[in-house]
Amino acid sequence: MSPLLEIRGLAVSYRARRGVLPAVRGVDLTVHTGEIVAVVGESGSGKSTTAHAAIGLLPRGGTIEAGTITFDGQDLTRLSERGWQAVRGTGIALVPQDPTVSLNPVRRIGDQVAEVLLVHRLAAGRDAATRAVELLRRAGIGEPERRARQYPHELSGGLRQRVLIAIALAGDPRLIIADEPTSALDVTVQREILDHLEHLAAESGTAVLLITHDLGVAADRARRIAVMSEGRVVEEGPTREILGAPRQPYTRALLSAAPSLSREPLRPRRPAGSDVLLSVSGLGKSFRDTRAVDDVSFTVARGRTLALVGESGSGKTTTARMVVGLETPSAGTVTFDGREITALAGEELRLLRKRFQIVYQNPYASLNPRFSIADVITEPLRAFGIGSRAERRARAAELLDQVALPASTLDRRPAELSGGQRQRTAIARALALRPDLVVYDEPVSALDVSVQAQILALLVSLQEELGLTYLFITHDLAVVREIADHVGVMHAGRLVELGPADEVLTRPREPYTRALLDAIPGQEWDSVPERPVSA
Amino acid sequence: MTGVPRRLAQAVVVLWAAFTLSFVILYLLPGDAALARLGGGEGVTATPAEIAAVRAEYGLDDSLVVQYGKRLLAALHGDFGTSVITGDTATHMVFGALPSTLALTGLALVLAVVFGAGVAVLGTYTRVRWLGNLLLSLPPLGTSLPSFWVGLVLIQVFSFQLRWVPAIGSDGFVSVVLPAITLALPTGAVIGQVLAKSLRTQLGESYVEIVLAKGASRRRVHFGHALRNAALPAVTLVGVVLGNLLAGTVVTEAVFSRDGVGRVTAAAVGTQDIPVVQAVIVLSAFFFVLINLAVDLLYPLLDPRLRAVTRG
Repeated sequence: MSPLLEIRGLAVSYRARRGVLPAVRGVDLTVHTGEIVAVVGESGSGKSTTAHAAIGLLPRGGTIEAGTITFDGQDLTRLSERGWQAVRGTGIALVPQDPTVSLNPVRRIGDQVAEVLLVHRLAAGRDAATRAVELLRRAGIGEPERRARQYPHELSGGLRQRVLIAIALAGDPRLIIADEPTSALDVTVQREILDHLEHLAAESGTAVLLITHDLGVAADRARRIAVMSEGRVVEEGPTREILGAPRQPYTRALLSAAPSLSREPLRPRRPAGSDVLLSVSGLGKSFRDTRAVDDVSFTVARGRTLALVGESGSGKTTTARMVVGLETPSAGTVTFDGREITALAGEELRLLRKRFQIVYQNPYASLNPRFSIADVITEPLRAFGIGSRAERRARAAELLDQVALPASTLDRRPAELSGGQRQRTAIARALALRPDLVVYDEPVSALDVSVQAQILALLVSLQEELGLTYLFITHDLAVVREIADHVGVMHAGRLVELGPADEVLTRPREPYTRALLDAIPGQEWDSVPERPVSA
Repeated sequence: MTGVPRRLAQAVVVLWAAFTLSFVILYLLPGDAALARLGGGEGVTATPAEIAAVRAEYGLDDSLVVQYGKRLLAALHGDFGTSVITGDTATHMVFGALPSTLALTGLALVLAVVFGAGVAVLGTYTRVRWLGNLLLSLPPLGTSLPSFWVGLVLIQVFSFQLRWVPAIGSDGFVSVVLPAITLALPTGAVIGQVLAKSLRTQLGESYVEIVLAKGASRRRVHFGHALRNAALPAVTLVGVVLGNLLAGTVVTEAVFSRDGVGRVTAAAVGTQDIPVVQAVIVLSAFFFVLINLAVDLLYPLLDPRLRAVTRG
């Protein structure tokens, strides 16, 4: 049987101002009819570029330099614009990465689904509208008639991704390219969406090319996996072989870094201590009619890590912001080292701020792009008038050393650093005032898995070295498993479960916690190689 | 108050503020309208008795608060007082000049929108590189040309050399063409710039990729999806540029020697004809408020995301 999609020797480069940047350097990839193939890789591996080349939607400046892409016996690289219009939608469809920006905000859902039918003259008028509703129903959307009349902003991220799946299925394509289809969604939603996509593809015999950074997702869904790195496919084969007996060192490294596939904590878990540093009692926050946070209480002892887990909208970030005094609680108290800080304001609060710091999720947005790294790190010192210029610079160099960045980084700017390096810089800045408590709000969720593993290892070693106490906010239970001593599970503003990490993660009392745990991808794949010791 | 009543209330407040502010500024200005009425400030020949009579006639001898109250009440009835120069009522003078100015600004607005939007849409749609670059370089050029200079060049070419249209005056439709083009140029250029930038941003959005992935043509993407999103900031702009258009009539009408509110304004300011100046200010504010009200009410129709806000 001839393959449905056959990519041979594909090379793609981007023409930028600084010259030609190769993104894909000779990729071979085959997808057979009705098969799910996953392409796994980190950012910059060329996986997304390969996928976009296959549907002729390379971003501006992207050019195919060499190779062929054969789909259903037709060489796509030679296709005219008209030829592409015929293939897209009915031959190859696309499910994109971020559902929140992938629908036209000013057009109705139903019209956007029906557009596929109109463009390919598969239906017209009322018939197209009726079939659009049917497609929405097939994509697992309740009340499809009502949804069809709504606009994208009235739907949640998960529902919007279902709409995009309905759009992809509308033209009855033979291949769906799913580019990180669930990485912007909560785990429980991710699971439902992938289940559904898998089911629909099987039902209609549609092949899926699944692009993902998450080996766990690939492991659960794909029959075959291709691992990409630096524009090449480094290893390709049946899922069982790739996960069970990886031949390439890169694949092994990726496997060991994937948090969803590991079970062990990075350091032995610590029991609850009596030396309480942070105590939160009856904390609540209302925005207009909605209770974002409702009656949340917990304590964190010195040197411990408490992880607050929850999905989007659970109130975990609002809780973190109230803890560090960036948000005023509507109810309850926050006590830090024996002092109630909810009542503090102005200078008193400012001075106390030295002792608790926060690190944000997005290292691209949280560093001032016009500052040098030295300026970024010493800013808290300047704010509190600590040290002379030379002393501050020395402290910055020392902090960089602690977060394992070379001293030469001092005079660089955020734009010159990678995501991981930026997050290290943000951590160094948080440590500049020698705080007791550091609050991390999703510190690794914007990073590649291998970088994620390095940053988590760094956080653990810093905690040991400096005796820090951590409040760790995350949506990712796999990350929690690696670093938390205690875990609090938040749902709809309430803390539904709180306890020692091993207990909550292995013997959860609440059904919600159970559902969260079950949704972690890649659970069947336990037999992974040992994590390397280096960080 | 929400929605339309709220917007209407805001509009009334803006009009009141325009009246009050203009009253305060104009009546605190140095200079004496009574003297101006009697033949100019310097070298006065009028006797104190004559001056007092004029002051009494125009109510200038009342206290400022009483004057304000009287004027506001009169203004509510459409009476802004009598011109101290011509003796005609201010309202009559301004309304008399209005049709010619409305024709000018109306045509200018249409030209600005049609050409500004046309250049932006074609410039971003065409795949002929040089044509796109040429079209998209027009708006920045348009914003940097001073309108009086453009007016003079147009007169030179089309009136004196080609003799197509009269150089000056306000008779008939042809006489409005050159001034309208002059007036439309900077405004259309701004609309073109904003719309082109906004279109390019929209064409880079993820939803465009999905439309293309459906198998849609570039034309469908451009006109069926990107344009409607890109129009949102441009529509807001139309409300703002109307102010520029009204202000622009002062220069344009002077250059083309056209009758109109701009000429009346220039003359009234020059002679400190306060009732007329105030009538012009309130009338301008009225049109400004009207257009912005229309834009505000139009916005939710264009952008469904704003409907909930207007309702709630």
